[in-house]
Amino acid sequence: MVKSILLVGVGGQGTILAAKLLTTGLMEAGYDVKMSEIHGMSQRGGSVSSQVRYGDEKVHSPVIEVGGADILVSFERMEALRWLRFLKPGGRAIVNDYRINPMPVVSGRAEYPEGILEELKSKADASVVDAAAKASELGNPKVMNVILLGAAIRSMGLGSIDWARIIRENVKPAFVELNLKALEVGLGLV
Amino acid sequence: MKKLMTGNEAVARGAWEAGVKYASAYPGTPSTEILETIAEYRGDIKAEWGVNEKVAFEAAMGAAIAGARSLAAMKHVGLNVAADPLFSMAYTGTNGGFVVITADEPGQHSSQNEQDNRNYAPFAKVPLFEPGDSQECRDMVKEAFRVSEDYDTPVLVRMTTRTSHSKGIVECGDREEAAIREYRKDAVKYVSVPAHARARRLVVEDRMRRLADYSEASPLNYVEDNGSEVGVIASGTAFFFAKEVFGSTASYLKLGFTNPMPVRRIRDFCGSVKKIYVIEENDPIIETQVRLLGFDCLGKKVFPFCGELTSDIIRKSVFGSCFDALEADPAKIVARPPTLCAGCPHRGFFYELGRRRNVMVSGDIGCYTLGFAEPYNAMDTCVCMGASISAGHGAQQVFDMRKDEKPRRVVSVLGDSTFFHTGINSLLMVGYNRSRTVNVILDNRITGMTGHQQNPGSGYALDGSRTPDLDFEALVRACGISNVRTIDPNDLKLVKETLDWALALDEPSVIITRWPCALKRFSPEDKKEFAGAFQSRYRVDRDLCIGCKACLRSGCPALAFDFAGKKSGIDPDQCVGCGVCAQICPKSAIVRE
Repeated sequence: MVKSILLVGVGGQGTILAAKLLTTGLMEAGYDVKMSEIHGMSQRGGSVSSQVRYGDEKVHSPVIEVGGADILVSFERMEALRWLRFLKPGGRAIVNDYRINPMPVVSGRAEYPEGILEELKSKADASVVDAAAKASELGNPKVMNVILLGAAIRSMGLGSIDWARIIRENVKPAFVELNLKALEVGLGLV
Repeated sequence: MKKLMTGNEAVARGAWEAGVKYASAYPGTPSTEILETIAEYRGDIKAEWGVNEKVAFEAAMGAAIAGARSLAAMKHVGLNVAADPLFSMAYTGTNGGFVVITADEPGQHSSQNEQDNRNYAPFAKVPLFEPGDSQECRDMVKEAFRVSEDYDTPVLVRMTTRTSHSKGIVECGDREEAAIREYRKDAVKYVSVPAHARARRLVVEDRMRRLADYSEASPLNYVEDNGSEVGVIASGTAFFFAKEVFGSTASYLKLGFTNPMPVRRIRDFCGSVKKIYVIEENDPIIETQVRLLGFDCLGKKVFPFCGELTSDIIRKSVFGSCFDALEADPAKIVARPPTLCAGCPHRGFFYELGRRRNVMVSGDIGCYTLGFAEPYNAMDTCVCMGASISAGHGAQQVFDMRKDEKPRRVVSVLGDSTFFHTGINSLLMVGYNRSRTVNVILDNRITGMTGHQQNPGSGYALDGSRTPDLDFEALVRACGISNVRTIDPNDLKLVKETLDWALALDEPSVIITRWPCALKRFSPEDKKEFAGAFQSRYRVDRDLCIGCKACLRSGCPALAFDFAGKKSGIDPDQCVGCGVCAQICPKSAIVRE
C-alpha cells in the first residue's frame, strides 16, 4: 500500500529538511519512496509544500493528488486550509498554531482570517499543536520543523524507525542534540 | 548502492559515472542543482559557472571537441540563449561525448513561459532523451554519452521541474573513466564555412537515419502489456503520473528516447490496442506522430495543453472527476504571493522608484522582478534575461520622438548576475547609441533567486576559489557610460538624490546599488565591507505610532499591522535591521533596539 504525507508551510520554515529526514528514514526502513517539492521563486515568502509518498510496493508518482494525502502537516495555520483539498476525507491534519502574515496582510489590504482552526476542525480530524512555543522552550524557534516531523511520525505509526540515527547522520553536528530533543517533543505531541 | 536523489542529483551522478571531465551551466530553476552537485565531484570533474547559457554551452562544446566527455545544463529558456551553438554543433558533431540538459517548466512554477524544448530536437536535428524519474535520469545521462560518441552528435536530455526536483531511489554505479580522446585538427568538420557545412548537412541526415534504427531497438522505448482494451503512450514524468491512474488496466508504450521517434514501435502498439491515450506534457509531439501514422487517439482533445499532467489531472480528464476532496471556506484563505525578504537590499530602491511619476521601469529576471508587485508597483516590463537595458533603450528613443512637454523617462533595472548574463551587451548598445536611460544594477553580491550561486562579480568561483574583484564602475565606463554612481540602497535619502541626479541628466547613466542579499553567507570580504549589516533590530514605539500605515508601504514581511490596536508592529524573529521602515515613518516611531 502506498501512503502519502503532505508537509506544507511558508518558504523558510524548514519543510525541506523535515521532508529530507522523513524520506531518508523511510528508504532505510525498506520502503520505496518518492518525494516532490517545488522551489524557486515561491521560496520568497510564498506557500510551499513537500510531498512524500512511500509504500511496500512501487511508488509511481511523486505528487500527491487532490484528495490523496493520508496526513496533512501544516507548519502555518492558514496554509492548512489552503492545502486542505489534498487531504483524503477522513485523513488526519496536524496544524501548527503559528501565523506568518502574507503580503496582503502586511500591507494592510487584508486581515489575517479568524476562525481558521475551527474551520479546520469542522472539516477534518485535526490536531492543533504549538510547535513554536515548544521550539522556543528548546531555545531555537527554527527547530519547529523537527517537532512537527515528530508529530507526523507518531501519527503515521512510523515510530519504529531509528529516527535518532537519521538525525545524527543528516543534521550538522552542532544541531544534532537540539534536533533530537525536538524530535522527542514532537513524538509526544499528538 | 542505493541512494535517495533528486533528478538533478541523479543527472550529476550519471555524468560522473559516465566519466565526464568538464561541465558548465548558468543557474536557472529548475536546473540549478545539476551543476552544484557535479561540483561536489571535485577532482574528477572541472565544473564552472558560465556567465550565461550560451557561454556555458560553448565552453562545454570546446571541452568536448578537445576530447573530454562534457556537459552543459540550463533551464528551458536558457536553451534559447544557447540555441545558436546547438544548431551548428549538430553539423560539426563532437569528439568527446557532449550532452546538453534542458530543464523545462510545465506549470511555469518559476518561469516566464512554458516552451516545450522537445521541439528543439527535430528542429536542430539532435537525439533526445526524456527521463521521468531519478533512476532514469542517472541511466539516460550515461546512455546519452554513449550515443553522443557513437553517433558523433550533441545530445539533448529533457528534464521537467518534477523530474528535476522530485526524489526517488537510485541504484548507482561506479565511475567509468573515459580517457580524453586525441584531438585532431579537422577544418572540414569543425570550421562551419558554407562549403564544409553543406557537406556536413548530409552527414546530419544520415546520422538521423541511423538514429531512427537506434530508437527502434532502444530498451528505453518499451511496451508493458496489460491487454488490448486501452493503450497509453507517454514519456517523461507523465508516464509515472499515468501509471498512478491506469495501473494495470492499460497497456503502455513508454518512450524514453523520442527523437527520432520509434515509428515502427508506435505503429505496432497503436495497432494492438482498441483505444489510445497519448499523455505528454505541453505540446502534442508524440500525438502528431501517432496521427501521421493514421491512428486516431485521445491526446490534447482530453488532456490540457498547458500545465503539468499530474495524476489528478489525468484522472479528471479521463474519468470526469478527481478523488473526493474536502473544501475549505475560501474566505478564510488569503493569497500568499512571493515577497522580497526582510532586509532585502532591493526594498529601499523600489520604495523610492515606485514614488516616481512619468517613468517607465524596464525590468528584468530575478528576485527584484517582485518590484512589479504591491506595494511598489515599480516595474512596467520584464521579458527575458538582459532585456531591461536594451528594451529600455529602445523605449527611451521612442519617448523622445514624441513632442511631449515632459517626455517619459526610462529607468532600466537588473541584478548583478543578470547584468553579466546579457546586460553588458545591452549597456554597450546604450553607450554606443547614446540614449538617456537611467540604468540600475542591483548588486546584491550574489545570484539570489536561484539560491546563491557565485558570479563574476561576487569574488568567488563555483569551487570556492577567489576570483578577481570585478570593478563594476570601470566596466560600465568601458561601455561608454561616464555618469556612474555606487550607492547603499538602504539609505532612502541617498537613493532619492541619486535618482534625481540621474533623471536630470540628458545622457545615459548607471546607478549601482551595492548591498548583500539578506540571506547571503558572508565572505571574509563581505564581513569587512558590510561590517554590522543585519546585526540589529528595530521595534515600534507604540506610544509614538499613530497607525498611519506608512511603514507598510515598504512591503517588509517583518511588519504587521495590529488592526485592533491600530498600531504597527515588527516581528523580532524576522527583522534584520535594514532600517528602511524607520526612515519612512513620519513620527520616528520605529526605533533601533
